[in-house]
Amino acid sequence: MLSNLKTYSQLKAMLAITKASLHSIVRNPSAVVFNLVFPLIFIIVFGFISGGGFRIDVAVDKNSDKENAIYKSLESNKSIKLNSNIPEEEIHSELEKGRLDAVINIQKNENGNLVVNLKSTKASPERGNIFKMMINEIVNKQNLAFSKSDIPVTEIKEEVVEGRKYKTIDFILPGQLGFSLLSAGVFGTAFIFISLRQTLVIKRFFATPINKSFILIGESLSRLIFSMFSAVIIILIGNLFFGFTLVNGIVTFINMMILSVIALTVFLGFGFVVSGIAKNENAVPPIANLITLPQFLLAGTFFPISNFPEWLQPVSRALPLTYLNEAMRKISFEGANIFDVWYEILILLIWGVIIYSIAVKVFKWE
Amino acid sequence: MVNNTIIQVKNLVKNYDKLEAVKGISFDVHKGEIFGLLGPNGAGKTTTLEIMETLREKTSGEVIIDGFSIDKDQNEIKKIIGVQLQAAGYYPNLNLVELIELFSGLYNVETNPMEMLKLVDLEEKAKAKFKELSGGQKQRFSICTTLINDPKIVFLDEPTTGLDPQARRNLWELIKIIKAKGTTIMLTTHYMDEAEILCDRVGIIDNGNIVTIDTPDNLIDDLIKTGFERPKLLKLASLEDVFLNLTGKEIRDE
Repeated sequence: MLSNLKTYSQLKAMLAITKASLHSIVRNPSAVVFNLVFPLIFIIVFGFISGGGFRIDVAVDKNSDKENAIYKSLESNKSIKLNSNIPEEEIHSELEKGRLDAVINIQKNENGNLVVNLKSTKASPERGNIFKMMINEIVNKQNLAFSKSDIPVTEIKEEVVEGRKYKTIDFILPGQLGFSLLSAGVFGTAFIFISLRQTLVIKRFFATPINKSFILIGESLSRLIFSMFSAVIIILIGNLFFGFTLVNGIVTFINMMILSVIALTVFLGFGFVVSGIAKNENAVPPIANLITLPQFLLAGTFFPISNFPEWLQPVSRALPLTYLNEAMRKISFEGANIFDVWYEILILLIWGVIIYSIAVKVFKWE
Repeated sequence: MVNNTIIQVKNLVKNYDKLEAVKGISFDVHKGEIFGLLGPNGAGKTTTLEIMETLREKTSGEVIIDGFSIDKDQNEIKKIIGVQLQAAGYYPNLNLVELIELFSGLYNVETNPMEMLKLVDLEEKAKAKFKELSGGQKQRFSICTTLINDPKIVFLDEPTTGLDPQARRNLWELIKIIKAKGTTIMLTTHYMDEAEILCDRVGIIDNGNIVTIDTPDNLIDDLIKTGFERPKLLKLASLEDVFLNLTGKEIRDE
């Protein structure tokens, strides 16, 4: 009975729950699959696309001028395949199917300046964009070279190349990381609280001196630890095997982790809401998918939201994952720090306030 | 008598919306005894027990457990009671040792999980998950978790429901061992043979009211005094005796 004389430590009790919960999570296949395996599969798939096999297929209009610096430059780029032999009547349908990423037609105007006519396709928006960037790069380079600027040409070249080295993985990985955090927050929390409620585990906890809030914090903490562990693995694999860009190295990495903690905390709120609304475990997937799937598709996880039709973009602009993805990309690729993305974080926090005020109302203990 | 009392329940009432589940019951539980709350399903046994376990709000009345009031000192009560819930599960994906460690943390006590398991004869199942256990093993483990904080009082809600005769007897032995260490036990059951063998005193509850409280012997004697007789004189052995004679008293957990 000596233990009764000591003051009871809620923290100690909470950490016991965190430890138990972590044990449980790592032995639960679906948690590991959603947090780690799915994002890694996407990263590996896109990683290989952007690695060896990445190619932009471009048709060259039969009337195009081929005796110019821009064409030569494109021709020498190994990731661009120029094709002048596609019949004109087939070009349109090939574009529609996404087998062609773009069509170019370079013309000299009456002043002898070059005009690049570029046609891209919605079937392949990402490669179209990359191609557009490449052309821009070449054109800028040409223009500068002709404008007799004082800047040495070699230096300009270096600058431009450095600034534009945007790989598919640099776009895909932050999106996958964001989605991993969202599904961890929503699915992980919703399932475990319903299961603990139904099997009376929580009720049994209530018969011990721990406070309710410490049960919640203990559970959330374990999910946070596991998600951060997943994030580290995702970022490391991306960086080591697929050349994911961490502009400022470890500093960028730390900023990404801080952003992940903020985002997961917000997303856990969705999980609490789902566990409150769902009557049993079977009701979780439809409700949870309703929250995660639209964000998976519309929040710029796979393509930039600027590729969506204009009427759809406001929807994307309303989703919390959109802001996480954008902030994550700014940090990882543009080298922003956590304070530079205050606007995205602000929107995430506003979502957090909304979601947690709903969670407080609908969350059920029994 | 007052010095000997560890639990006092006075005029306890519990209403669910329009339903009156418990209608003003009063009883005492004495230190070191096994007190049984008997009654048919829906009589209010579990509701009463859960109010005493601090798991349910009462509508009115008073409950004092080892000097602590249920209104003010819930956390003090939680520290000195052990609770086994009817049909409760345990944290998923953990083995028995990890579950005991979890509860040790929740109670802020140091335990030796293997010794705890030995107490309920489950040391061989240390690495098993709760859901892999047989019915009897599950109940033994449940009782094991009620002992982690070395409680003064243990509450058992229908501990033997659904068990085969061998496992029931095995559990009775375990409950007697806990009692022998001086722990007070309050249990609910709807098996009268169980109450007769285990309980020092029983309270019979029906429709939210306590009908009577006494020792099983006194209750039986009182009934006989009224001239009651069984319609058919009992044979010297029962079918359960036959069953145990044929299948043995060894528990069949595996």
